[in-house]
Amino acid sequence: MSPLTLIFGLPLLAALLTALIPRNFRFVIRCVALLATFSSMVIALVMFCKCHPLDPGGMIRLKFLFEETHQWSPAIGFGYHVGVDGINLGLIVMGAIVAFAATFVSRRIETREKEFYILLMLMTGGILGAFASLDLVCFYGFHELALVPTFIMIGVWGRGDNKNFAAYQITLYLSAGALLVLLGLLALYLQLPPGNRSFDIVAITAYFQSHPIGAEAERWIFPLLLFGFGILVSLWPFHTWAPPGYGAAPTATAMLHAGVIKKFGLYGLIRIALPLMPAAAARWVPILAFLCLGNIIYCGLVAMRQRNLNLLIGNSSVAHMGFAFLGLASLSTIGMSGTVLIMVAHGFLAALTFALSGYLDEELKTLEIGEMGGLLRHLPFIGTAMIMAMLAGCGLPGFANFPGEMMVLFGSWHRYPVVVVIALWGALVIGGVYMLRAIRNIWHGAKPWPGISDPASAWRKLPFALLLACLIALGCYPRLLTDCIRSSVEPIARMASSGSVLKDNPANTIPHPAENPQLAAPKPGEGGSAIRNPQSPANPAATIPDAANVSPQPVPPMPTR
Amino acid sequence: MNLHLIIPEMEMAALALAILLIDLWTPAASKPRLGWLAALGLGAILLMSFTCDSIADPAVPAFSQLFIGDGLGLYFKRFFIGAAILVVLMGIEYSDRLPVGFAEFHALVLLALVGMMFAASANDFILVFVSLELITVTSYVLVSFQRARLASLEAGVKYLVMGGLSAAFLVFGIALLFAASGSTNFTVLSGASATLAGNRLFWLGLLLVLTGVAFKIAVFPMQMWAPDVYQGAPTPVTAFLAVASKGAGFVLLLRVLFMAVPFIARQWHTLFMVVAAISILYGNLCALPQRSLKRLLGYSSIAHAGYMMLGIAALNSDGTQAVLYYLAGYMFTLGAAFVVVCLVCRETDDISALSGLNGRSPVLAAAMAMAMASLAGVPPLAGFAGKFFLLLSVLERAGANPAYYWLALVAIAGVVISLAYYFGVIRAVYWPSDRAETAPIPISPAMKISLAVCMAGMLWLGLFPNALVQAAAEAVKALRF
Repeated sequence: MSPLTLIFGLPLLAALLTALIPRNFRFVIRCVALLATFSSMVIALVMFCKCHPLDPGGMIRLKFLFEETHQWSPAIGFGYHVGVDGINLGLIVMGAIVAFAATFVSRRIETREKEFYILLMLMTGGILGAFASLDLVCFYGFHELALVPTFIMIGVWGRGDNKNFAAYQITLYLSAGALLVLLGLLALYLQLPPGNRSFDIVAITAYFQSHPIGAEAERWIFPLLLFGFGILVSLWPFHTWAPPGYGAAPTATAMLHAGVIKKFGLYGLIRIALPLMPAAAARWVPILAFLCLGNIIYCGLVAMRQRNLNLLIGNSSVAHMGFAFLGLASLSTIGMSGTVLIMVAHGFLAALTFALSGYLDEELKTLEIGEMGGLLRHLPFIGTAMIMAMLAGCGLPGFANFPGEMMVLFGSWHRYPVVVVIALWGALVIGGVYMLRAIRNIWHGAKPWPGISDPASAWRKLPFALLLACLIALGCYPRLLTDCIRSSVEPIARMASSGSVLKDNPANTIPHPAENPQLAAPKPGEGGSAIRNPQSPANPAATIPDAANVSPQPVPPMPTR
Repeated sequence: MNLHLIIPEMEMAALALAILLIDLWTPAASKPRLGWLAALGLGAILLMSFTCDSIADPAVPAFSQLFIGDGLGLYFKRFFIGAAILVVLMGIEYSDRLPVGFAEFHALVLLALVGMMFAASANDFILVFVSLELITVTSYVLVSFQRARLASLEAGVKYLVMGGLSAAFLVFGIALLFAASGSTNFTVLSGASATLAGNRLFWLGLLLVLTGVAFKIAVFPMQMWAPDVYQGAPTPVTAFLAVASKGAGFVLLLRVLFMAVPFIARQWHTLFMVVAAISILYGNLCALPQRSLKRLLGYSSIAHAGYMMLGIAALNSDGTQAVLYYLAGYMFTLGAAFVVVCLVCRETDDISALSGLNGRSPVLAAAMAMAMASLAGVPPLAGFAGKFFLLLSVLERAGANPAYYWLALVAIAGVVISLAYYFGVIRAVYWPSDRAETAPIPISPAMKISLAVCMAGMLWLGLFPNALVQAAAEAVKALRF
């Protein structure tokens, strides 16, 4: 059995088990949940240590480790297929760690714990399953499984007066996004020849490499997937569900949703939309680059005005998604690798900030920034962690967000220099303003807070420390992930960018560096990570416009901007 | 004569008469047990339909081609019997609220079932009309069965008026069809495609016939009756109308469109698309403000009929299979929902009656939540699989005609709207409430069995679609597109 099956199967099993435990066995219920998420985290970490960068091989072909396949419904063409490569490896490990931390901080849930833990385990198993799945039906189904509990959790255990509205808003928005995705995926499936149809991502990718999708179908399918997935990641202007939803959600739900579930959309774009439809991608990425500025600038400005800590974090988390989109829009190996790294880094960051704000909420019974102040003296540990998290959110080197954002900015420079400059400004100045202001207002000052203190034991500090350690480890040594990411993103980036220049002939075969080894020169890496780009043009007429290819000649500019 | 083809129908009629007779010698106290008799009889007939190999391939016409025994008919007959078993079991639970005529209730259900089974095999407009009337007339009585309740009577009258109107459309349409073609037989009509394809009189007749059938399905433009009648009718009857009666409408629609006049159906895809789109939007938007659970399900049934019209509008074998699949899932889903309504909503069917249900009976709460999630199309339940296949069939046509993309977008817009009210019900079930009533709800064995079957069915159809997809593919072989 693949470890992936265990990683998402254990939480699901725990959900089933919890359903059978009588509701007054509170301690047992919590132990089951903790044990399940802990073991799935350990398995994920062991799997992570065993993974190695995958050599892309002679052909552009997706390669996966720890695969497991079972027939399910051959008549329709879907089955059980899980596997891991550089793109979802980090996401699964991050998801498992965040799930453990989220379960850990739910200690103070006191009403209907049984249902709470069942739903939390369903959410965890669902989203980890979605990341592990290589079959579109499972991929979609598992994500829905993670989505539905969100609604109930916000409604029943949510905070604030606004929680009913927030629950509806988040459900309707995300369902609309998911259904658009479903339409796109079904239409994609129908592009395969009858009799040979399959929902298997590997098979679909292999087929579309040799048989590009028709232009007419692409015109419909790509926007469906782009906006469907975009809504799920809170792409501006479809982001309005996120801040109030996270503000109203119980801590564990906000951590899992903002940290892990939201990354599903980005993952889908990388895995499916961009590589399979390069011609449409080339048409749409300039628009995506423009919309991501909306995330970075507009949501950054909105975050500046927030008086509630959760809304501020929610808006800043939406703003961070702008960088992830920018990396995708670059269609380059470095940019898209940066996106994957940001997805992982932001997962830890969002989970950490929501866990900390959840702790503050429990202690102070308020999250209004105006009422806080002087808390660092009473909460040295929580305060330090929060300040570090907020600085990480501004892109301070040493935290995992920094290498990710750097890679994105480097990767997209050739395509969108103007956007990069504006985004950089937005990240540094706007992000700096609201984060530093929040730090000052919450933590500094002389306001006395009798009776407020840090978590008593090292045990209770564990989830915060764990998430913070992951952020720092990845920030100081991003190569932990980047080698794996690059090996898997590279073929995808090459497929995705093949439409930009060879627009008239997307079927053009793409030369592989192995054929011209002398041209495969290593490129200067960045931030200590050794990102190399072993691809190079074999035929000057068919230049691969990989922005990572930091060549002396300017890369042909995009036709539309 | 081929009498053996109508053995299930004859058995069903005999069962109905037997129940009426046995009633004469049954003491009043044990009359609810007649329901068990009906359920067991139905179960036996259902089992027999699997043992005798009545799938005749090629399809066998009988009774001067009035009747046809084929896979499609068999699929729908099993579907009707399954739905009727659920209704009869619900009727046992509901017996304390039916003042008199307990045996008649079950006998009427069985007689309506005979009509549905004949409709499933109709190969002639005459049989279409007769079987439809058999269904509708018994339904009038069933809807107004609670004579003392004003709402039930009002619903019965509404149903009667609207049903009479639609029957008039149907008869007039059949007359026009006969005038234009000289025949009412499906086989003859489909053979005369060359002369009839451009005949405007024939078109008008067909349009009127479709209007009459649309009444059974409750789609636009004959959807007005559904919410009123669903709300007023006794709950088991509502379930019967929502599942079996709708299924009968669909099998007639399939028979007429794809056996009698495939050459015209091919040209009318725009009509079906418009009907589907309007029904989906109308049903879902009107369901939004409803507070009465049965009325809400009435509007949602219009929307679901609209979803199923997607499969008709797709005009391909996959679409029709999807309709068949969706109906099966719909039976289990609504079965669970109506069992809960039957048990919980005793005095009022306001959504607030469900509040705190999780504390009173976790099983009923879970069943209701599952049913609502399935109606909303949440994986891995039957409703998701059904919508999945329907959208697939619609998108299959989108390559040739981009209008189908818009149709699919309308459908998902409908699904998003519907989430708002389905989750409203789930909310009532699970949210903390300050309702005083906390008494646990007793569940009788009949209802326990129905609930278990319905919940298992929802999961089975959602997770393992293979078997039923194959059965549906087998069933639609007789249709031409």
